[in-house]
Amino acid sequence: MAVLGSYRNWRLETDAARIAWLYADKADSSTNVLSREVLEELYFIIDRITAERPQGLIILSAKSNGFIAGADVKEFTAIQDYDEALELITRGQSILDRIEKLPFPTVAMIHGFCLGGGMELALACRYRVAEDDPRTRLGLPEVRLGIHPGFGGTVRLPPLIGAPLAMDLMLSGRSVEARRAQRMGLVDFAVPQRQLRRAALAMLEEQPLAHRPGFVARMSNAALVRPLLAAFMRKKTAEKAAPAHYPAPFALIDLWAEHGGDRERMMQEEGRSVARLLVGETAQNLVRVFTLQEQLKSLGRGGDFTPRRVHVIGAGVMGGDIAAWCALRGLQVTVQDRNHESLARVMKRAYGLFKKKLKQPRLVRAAMDRLIPDKNGMGLKRADVVIEAIFEDIEAKQGLYREIEPLIRPDALLATNTSSIPLETLSEALARPERLVGVHFFNPVAQMQLVEVVSSPITAPEVAKQAAAFVRRIDRLPLPVKGTPGFLVNRVLMPYLLEAVALESEGVPAAVIDQAATQFGMPMGPILLADTVGLDICLSVAEILAQQLHGSVPERLRELVAAGRLGRKSGQGFYSYKGGKPDKAKLDKEDKIAPEITDRLMFRYFNEAVACLREGVVADADLLDAGMIFGTGFAPFRGGPMHYVEMTGLPHGRQRLEELENVYGERFHPDPAWIGK
Amino acid sequence: MSDKQTRYKGRPVYVVDGARTPQLKSKGTPGPFAASDLAVGAGRPLLLRQPFDPDAFDEVILGCVMPGPDEANIARLVALRLGCDQRIPAWTVQRNCASGMQALDSAFHDIADGRADLVLAGGTEAMSRAPVMFGEAMVAWLAQWSAARDMGARMKALTKLRLAYLAPVIGLLRGLTDPLVGLNMGQTAENLAYRFHLSREQMDAFALESHQRLALAQDQGRLNEIEALYDSKGHVYAADDGLRRDTDMARLGKLKPVFDRKFGMVTAGNSAQVTDGAALLILASEDAVSRHQLPVLGRLLDSQWAGVDPAQMGLGPANAMAPLLQRGGFQVDDIDYWEINEAFAAQVLAVLAALNDESYCREELGWDGAVGKIDHSRLNVDGGGVSLGHPVGASGARIVLHLLHVLQQRNARRGIASLCIGGGQGGAMLVEREV
Repeated sequence: MAVLGSYRNWRLETDAARIAWLYADKADSSTNVLSREVLEELYFIIDRITAERPQGLIILSAKSNGFIAGADVKEFTAIQDYDEALELITRGQSILDRIEKLPFPTVAMIHGFCLGGGMELALACRYRVAEDDPRTRLGLPEVRLGIHPGFGGTVRLPPLIGAPLAMDLMLSGRSVEARRAQRMGLVDFAVPQRQLRRAALAMLEEQPLAHRPGFVARMSNAALVRPLLAAFMRKKTAEKAAPAHYPAPFALIDLWAEHGGDRERMMQEEGRSVARLLVGETAQNLVRVFTLQEQLKSLGRGGDFTPRRVHVIGAGVMGGDIAAWCALRGLQVTVQDRNHESLARVMKRAYGLFKKKLKQPRLVRAAMDRLIPDKNGMGLKRADVVIEAIFEDIEAKQGLYREIEPLIRPDALLATNTSSIPLETLSEALARPERLVGVHFFNPVAQMQLVEVVSSPITAPEVAKQAAAFVRRIDRLPLPVKGTPGFLVNRVLMPYLLEAVALESEGVPAAVIDQAATQFGMPMGPILLADTVGLDICLSVAEILAQQLHGSVPERLRELVAAGRLGRKSGQGFYSYKGGKPDKAKLDKEDKIAPEITDRLMFRYFNEAVACLREGVVADADLLDAGMIFGTGFAPFRGGPMHYVEMTGLPHGRQRLEELENVYGERFHPDPAWIGK
Repeated sequence: MSDKQTRYKGRPVYVVDGARTPQLKSKGTPGPFAASDLAVGAGRPLLLRQPFDPDAFDEVILGCVMPGPDEANIARLVALRLGCDQRIPAWTVQRNCASGMQALDSAFHDIADGRADLVLAGGTEAMSRAPVMFGEAMVAWLAQWSAARDMGARMKALTKLRLAYLAPVIGLLRGLTDPLVGLNMGQTAENLAYRFHLSREQMDAFALESHQRLALAQDQGRLNEIEALYDSKGHVYAADDGLRRDTDMARLGKLKPVFDRKFGMVTAGNSAQVTDGAALLILASEDAVSRHQLPVLGRLLDSQWAGVDPAQMGLGPANAMAPLLQRGGFQVDDIDYWEINEAFAAQVLAVLAALNDESYCREELGWDGAVGKIDHSRLNVDGGGVSLGHPVGASGARIVLHLLHVLQQRNARRGIASLCIGGGQGGAMLVEREV
């Protein structure tokens, strides 16, 4: 090997067979991203390679975690206007174009993640080979940031694998593993690491015809077919995302439908479309959500807490699902319950989860082997993390703590999943009360990314840090919160739910209330959410929070619970359910939702959020937004409740609350913090 | 404890703990657990309660007669599934119905010889999942079929396929038939009944008592070596499910003989059940006991293997147990409790008869007179194969484990566990605990 050039972010070598090897190796980073600097360097490297006239070029990564993760999202936030965005995109496009036009064969040799701009770079190569390993993920997730591929990805992908697969990949933003990528034609070969180099070299030697999709897939790009397919795609996409809230997928469909037949033109329009999206509000807010997520992730870093064994006490739905999730993430888990049948139910649910997530029977069995039903609590003594998830009863929990504290390791993390009992009260039963921390998971555990890490005034900060590290270890997002009633998420959510109940008892149809919320951008309406959580649970949380909530618990909620209408689980709540589905009255598209309804719901939400921030339930507004987005799915394109409040202006919010207070009473009384700083 | 009672000059070997699955009766279809699942089911709770990591074992030895097609060297598979480090070697042993005991004996040797300090050993069997195979003719035809390259060759191959080729070979039935003497195991039991003049009533009475004893043991919670199994469908299996609480002499008497169909006496009711199960024990040297501060359940003192006529394989325990008594200088009454695996009621009764028969003991065992009469009240006190089944690879380990529990529960000192082995062998182990 001869080193041809040493660059800040790349390394270029040629071997005896005159094959050029270009390693992506971004300076001062463990991950490759296509930042402006990295791209500019690439521009000059292409000149250097061209001058060398090699037999072929292999582009690969010097990082262990993957090929290239995509564009540098941080740079997105610095973009000021459309022109600047367009310039950045056009530059990237032209650099990848130069790779495509090289007069010798090129191969992208992929391991680990190959996403976004990284995938587009690979698409500009003539061939792609990928390591067949679960860590290999290929995809174009741009749509999740409110944009779509902009370095020629929308131009190159549909002809390569056919429009249906290509558009699905770009519209969903999902990533695929290597073997699936090979079946799709996204890569030429998916091979184990031991064959990866040989496969890349074979592509250069044999120079097979570049991959082409089958006849039908090719036809899907034809001018006559595109409008039909596009109409279908628009319809499917609209079922998942409103065009007003999420413009990117619709822009992508339009781009392909209009220009899919004209390469040059499509390249230009791709750049313009992305530039427009990039400076739009949705993309800016989704980028914000992305950075919030990174921020939560970083809360679990540092420290040397690396748990291997988890012991969960209480095999109810929450305890069981937490246990199963931990096992899915590779930890050895013992789950303890007095009752054989509860443990059996845990194993059944876990099996369903593992099958869905892991698919391969071998991996499912390994996960089942890691999850150990432990009626006698034998796992307690050696666990690194002990999670108490028994029923919400102070004495039962305290009794349990007294029993287990002498048995567990002194350095074990002791956590409770309580959602309503103050940690100070529970920790009275402990000889070392400072060791108790809350890890508040949300239902369903497998879908809700957020875990509130709850500290009481006496919880040791080191313990809270360990809890956050544990939450990251199982690939969830930790949110540090104060142990005041309802913590953050339930507390902010509850007034909003109760307002929905109040509206319903005033005679507003449940479906209208839910629609008001979903039109605002909530993933699920509050009435349906209450039914899903269970009205009995809502009622008990509401009662616990009654002191914080200005206003009382609506009578209607008590009535339904007393009548045994508990929501989805009992088949009857606000809605009635058939086969788990609510029989909602269909609303006409023309139905206008009175803004008053939306305001009543959302301003109680915002008012409580503002109060939580003032009281310091979370450290800052960003964390509050992160919590509500990842804990409840608060409309991500709005960037979070506090961000929304800031954007619309504090004085406006306060004024609206005062108006509502005048009509509906004290529960709308603006929190003092609305007065502003 | 003194060393004079064992022929092993090596280091003392202790059993420190053990666990088994409930034994699940075959319902005629493949059961919910593969053999390795059963062993993992017993092993996980067993390892969980140890003060040492699974990595502390020097080796893992399992007995299994018919592992599944994906379970070659099943001991290794189980060891890795239990979280033992990949550096820990594991091997599988097969001595037919005594495979589980063979695993214990192999561990016993390795520890006594100083080759190992801590060994996980036992046995597992999923009888309900015994393979069903194609016959040779069908296999030969399949080879021809896959060699056929073109349409013509395929058509030609098709014309040679005979319906009779499709007749399956039932692995379980073949496994339970002696290929040399051409008798199935039930017929060898019929031989013993004939030789020792056993009546159908004696067999059925023995079977009934086996069920009654198991029922009592369950009711009194004495089977605490059992660890519940959970499947992926939400079912829990907490107890041996072959127990028939409703059985009586009349019901047993109505059953038809199954092996010698018309005139025989061995029925499904007085034979061991076809069951799935696993039993694992932890064996340790004195060093390991003190290093990890392990509680001692008992000590393995001696073991013996013996060969007998394959057509009378059920006598194996008599020939294996006698030398243990002789070497230890024991009379029958010096042994507090006995576990003789109940392959067939007739077979256990024949063993008792043989040991109490002067001519048998003189001619077959070389004793001066009868070995003696084993008191039925000290034999299989909590039931046996007839009531709780006989998963062939596991039973040898199960009876040793249960014997140790019986000694502990009754504060007794010495016991012998033994079983007969298809093909004409017997195996026996002498255990002792400090009183």
